[in-house]
Amino acid sequence: MGFLFEDDNFALFRDGFLQTIELSALSALLALLLGTLLAAFRVSPVPVLRAFGTTWVTLFRNTPLTLLFFAVEFGLPALDVHFSHLTFAVLALGGYTASFVCEVLRSGINTVPLGQAEAARSLGMTFGQTLTLVVLPQAARTVLGPMSSVFIALPRNSAIAGAFSVGELYSAQQTFSERGYSIFSIFFWVACAYLVISATVAALFRFLETRLAVAR
Amino acid sequence: MSLFTRASTASVLYDAPGPKARARYRLFGVLALIAIAGLLWYAVTMLSDNGQFDAGLWDAFQYNTIQQRIVDGLLATLEAFGLAALFSLALGALLAAGQLSDHRPVRWACTSVVQFFRAMPLLILIVALYYAFFAKDPMWALVLGLTLYNGSVQAEIIRSGVNAVPRGQGEAAYALGMRKNQVMAGILVPQAIRSMLPSMIGQLVVTLKDTSLGFIITYHELLFVGKAIASQPINAAGFPYIPVVLVIGPIYVAMCLLLTALARWIEARGRRGANRRTSAAA
Repeated sequence: MGFLFEDDNFALFRDGFLQTIELSALSALLALLLGTLLAAFRVSPVPVLRAFGTTWVTLFRNTPLTLLFFAVEFGLPALDVHFSHLTFAVLALGGYTASFVCEVLRSGINTVPLGQAEAARSLGMTFGQTLTLVVLPQAARTVLGPMSSVFIALPRNSAIAGAFSVGELYSAQQTFSERGYSIFSIFFWVACAYLVISATVAALFRFLETRLAVAR
Repeated sequence: MSLFTRASTASVLYDAPGPKARARYRLFGVLALIAIAGLLWYAVTMLSDNGQFDAGLWDAFQYNTIQQRIVDGLLATLEAFGLAALFSLALGALLAAGQLSDHRPVRWACTSVVQFFRAMPLLILIVALYYAFFAKDPMWALVLGLTLYNGSVQAEIIRSGVNAVPRGQGEAAYALGMRKNQVMAGILVPQAIRSMLPSMIGQLVVTLKDTSLGFIITYHELLFVGKAIASQPINAAGFPYIPVVLVIGPIYVAMCLLLTALARWIEARGRRGANRRTSAAA
């Protein structure tokens, strides 16, 4: 257990931890924005946009994340698109998670009582106004539970990025394994780090739930 | 008009369009179509500009040996999936039974096991198993990792399904003098399984997708085979990474869609039943 505090191991571990957090935060931001946009597409009155949203969600939800990372990491350079490994990872992870965010939001939109949208429409609000001012704020509150499991899954999924040249916790685990430390103590520390991240995200969502709860 | 007004469940968000709105929607539709077509065209020209559609790059897929390797990879993926699905359902049933136990130590032990493995990144688990026990046989590291993670998730699904059966069912069974085993096996579990089957199959789709993690621990499954095909320059044209993605991606999507279709079919069949509950699998 003590190996973490020898040599420069702690620096490596800390950098991996911070990189995991950075990657997760950036992907979460992308997933949230893109997911909301896709959800808006999927309920919009324009059939073409609806079809686009449906296709995106079907494709990304049914493709393994590892394959997405593979496609982004090896496919884009073949097209002369060169970003940093971190950017590639954010694109893959964000695009993948966006499809889950979209589905969760859409199920939330369906739970908002009919009268709300009808009242908004009878006040003369347009589709955009109805969605952004009336329906989405209520939908977002009701889906905080399912949304929290999506965003708890995100840092866990980010471990795959380590296998595609992003220096985060998984790659720290690899380096420690190569240095020959006991696999159990490595696993113990890495597991602790991920548990801390999961617990933080869960606590954040619990806080949001208590803050945003409304009596229906 | 019914096409526009009542097509989707969320159609209450906008009024039945009049002539002006219909013209506007049509305009938006055309603009969106142009944007999407432009994006697609850009992607395709980019692919062809970089020579990704050169026959030379796609030659590899004409060789029988390569086709055979893809089939072998697919079979390896399905083998790992089949074993992991079987074991994870068994482990899930066991852990769910433990979580619903009347004995506090058993309940606590099972709940902490479930919570721990649900919070662990699957990749970290699989790689740790690989280095610790299965360095020579990566398949079992993959299967065991998938079993532990998905078994825990299945346990949660089964447990919440049993808890969602109306309380009167269990109480009536106890009132008839049935023992706990009988109440569980005869009354609660059959009803819970019926309402939870779609979620359980949804989790099996996740299991199937996660078999691709075997790629990282050098288990020769579909994605690993794809990488191997792409990274060996069998032809002078270069490394066919994009062709490999375009061949392997649809295989995964088709397998997952088949499983999802099965879940939908079962859900539609069971819709007449009471207390149907599904949760989103992430």
